[in-house]
Amino acid sequence: MGLRTFKKGGVHPDENKFSANAPIQSADIPKQVSIPLGQHIGAPANAIVQKGDTVKVGQLIAEPNGFVSANIHSSVSGTVNKIDTVIDASGFKRPAVIIDVEGDEWLENIDRSADIIADVKLSKEEIVEKIKSSGIVGLGGATFPSHIKLTPPPGKKAEVLLINGVECEPYLTADHRIMLEKGEETVIGVSILMKGAGVSKAYIGIENNKPDAIAHLKNICKKYKGIEVVPLKVQYPQGGEKQLIDAVIRREVPSGALPIEVGAVVQNVGTAFAVYEAVQKNKPLFERVVTVTGKKLEKPSNFLVRIGTSTQQLIDAAGGLPQDTGKVVSGGPMMGKALSMLDIPVTKGSSGVLIFSESESKRRKMEPCIRCGKCVGVCPMGLEPYLLANQTEQKMWEQLETDSVMDCIECGSCMYTCPADRPLLDFIRLGKGTVGKIMRSRN
Amino acid sequence: MSKLLNVSPSPHVAGSYSVQKIMYGVVFALMPTLAASVYFFGFGAIIVTLVSVISCVLFEFLIQKYILKSEVKIYDGSAVLTGLILAFNLPSNLPVWIIILGAFFAIAVGKMSFGGLGQNVFNPAIAGRVFLLISFPVQMTSWPKPMGFATKYVDAITGATPLGKMKEGIMNSQSVSDIMMQLPSQIDNFLGYMGGSMGEVSAIALLLGFAYMLLRKIITWHIPVTIFATVFVFQGVLNIVDSATYAPPVFHLLTGGLMLGAIFMATDMVTSPMTHKGMVIYSIGIGVITVLIRNFGAYPEGISFAILIMNAIVPIINKYAKPKRFGEVINNG
Ligand code: SF4
Ligand code: SF4
Repeated sequence: MGLRTFKKGGVHPDENKFSANAPIQSADIPKQVSIPLGQHIGAPANAIVQKGDTVKVGQLIAEPNGFVSANIHSSVSGTVNKIDTVIDASGFKRPAVIIDVEGDEWLENIDRSADIIADVKLSKEEIVEKIKSSGIVGLGGATFPSHIKLTPPPGKKAEVLLINGVECEPYLTADHRIMLEKGEETVIGVSILMKGAGVSKAYIGIENNKPDAIAHLKNICKKYKGIEVVPLKVQYPQGGEKQLIDAVIRREVPSGALPIEVGAVVQNVGTAFAVYEAVQKNKPLFERVVTVTGKKLEKPSNFLVRIGTSTQQLIDAAGGLPQDTGKVVSGGPMMGKALSMLDIPVTKGSSGVLIFSESESKRRKMEPCIRCGKCVGVCPMGLEPYLLANQTEQKMWEQLETDSVMDCIECGSCMYTCPADRPLLDFIRLGKGTVGKIMRSRN
Repeated sequence: MSKLLNVSPSPHVAGSYSVQKIMYGVVFALMPTLAASVYFFGFGAIIVTLVSVISCVLFEFLIQKYILKSEVKIYDGSAVLTGLILAFNLPSNLPVWIIILGAFFAIAVGKMSFGGLGQNVFNPAIAGRVFLLISFPVQMTSWPKPMGFATKYVDAITGATPLGKMKEGIMNSQSVSDIMMQLPSQIDNFLGYMGGSMGEVSAIALLLGFAYMLLRKIITWHIPVTIFATVFVFQGVLNIVDSATYAPPVFHLLTGGLMLGAIFMATDMVTSPMTHKGMVIYSIGIGVITVLIRNFGAYPEGISFAILIMNAIVPIINKYAKPKRFGEVINNG
């Protein structure tokens, strides 16, 4: 049928979208939440509440610290128990505001009705400001503050908005459910983002394993000018910004540059929905949809979760941790982070919680490289993963830089494919880290 | 929590390829060829195959266990594959002790001396074959005629291969068309009714295997197709220039070890380039050298030598034939 996709490399892992038909359910509000202050790329926010303060749902509790940073709002009402460090998905202790929940009292100015408001009253500047004050970051997992993407650096101009609805990670279905259940709101969110970015054209890229979402949004888009749904062939990592831009508008973002270099602004569908709620309903970002799934899990689900809720609670709500669980991952199976414990707070970037059984969670034994070149063939960035891994092993930093190690998007396709089960990405990450340090020390 | 969770960096899932699956996939792709060899050469084909495969696996086992004292990995299928390909490169009446010697050379010298699977520069089976060709030129080039199952081992009637007759005829300044009259038809060549090494003769069986490997995504089309195309074009030009001295390209595609070499030997992952660009360069090299040896060299057949020569250049090809980086050349329409 010749559907579009990105042109270089890519893999197609088993999709395992068990929760695709599970409607979004509101998760119970916990007794206590731990809201991390670093939920976005960039510096952690500064807490502006103190122990003993009472807060309402949606109240600002932390302010940005630096240019790349974001506001954080309370997801519950209650009393601040303490400001302390908790272990988050990264495995490190990070500062967080811990709140004891009392009732569920929202700020009065948040519109909690179900009415859909299509008419966008705010100006371009007001939209960007609203997105910023609402603490919206990329909900696909990258958690880059959204308002920054809408304000291009001097000399650059946004021409087109791309909305990422591909959800190329296996297992995850949160975006899929948002498109189905909050389609209208999401499309309005897209039109708001268009206005905010000052563009007249937007494309929503959706992989064709979600035909219902494609049909639904196509139908809605008829009413909104300049928004087009683009069905895409299923191919991982199509959700990567550079891959999505390549797939949808056939432009190649130069090595080391950002999407704005080719006039593109990329946002995720979940983000578009959050933008709708912020701009039209005055609701800051304090809850998100999280997929909780796994082959052995009793009830694979999609929950609407207050930020700061423990993953343990979500797993219990989905039927409890299966007996032979070996690994729990926050995010997708290709790029997510394995959790060292279950009591980890959900953050703005948590797209899913995956439960792997003991046998699924063990890496296979590594064999010698048979020089098959499959890792090279699947790399979406046109790199030579086997070589980058070898060079890292031999500490050949200069060659690593020449061979474009910094272009690696850490998608994991190479390692996924390798028949010899070589830990390619482990090495490449190490090499990237070191080369990055060397490059930064130069200027 | 009663037990600890496993923590490792992403990705958390792995694809279905494994070294073993790939090796046995190629072995499976060679089954039509094995069937054809047995059909054309009978009992001898079975003996040669068994002896070659068993000795390759055994030598690998002995070397890993007693000399290198490393982990024994004969189950990965690579030794079985080497044995099979070596067998297919031998005449079906080769004395057993020569086969064992060839297997020893292939595994011990061709593979293990480099450090085992993945480290060797040359295709071990070809190394074994060329070693035998040089050491036992007479035994290695007296091919039994394809007679079917009735043929007894060793005492079969032997005759030269079509390529050998072609070379001999041209040396005696006969014209190509006269020589072709005395040779099997192209259809026979395609099916396998001709003299030759066991696995070479049936083009159709080899092509079946090629299709299977493409379907299972074990190899890509680049190497075999480029070799075929190069041989076809180069030989075609020679044939147009002087059709009395240079045989038509289809004859060269269907005879000798070209199909076996291009589909199963040049594609050996360990000894071929990493990128598609590199594979094309490597394959053009193989095609050109093969045509040169066949038309101008002392041997009637040249694909094995051509592959070995290009194997040696693979590290250089890998160094220069880099994939095109995403975002390297800006071409935004
Ligand atoms: S992880 Fe990096 S090197 Fe591996 S395939 Fe992805 S981009 Fe290429
Ligand atoms: S995929 Fe694995 S075995 Fe194949 S070349 Fe790359 S590292 Fe080596």
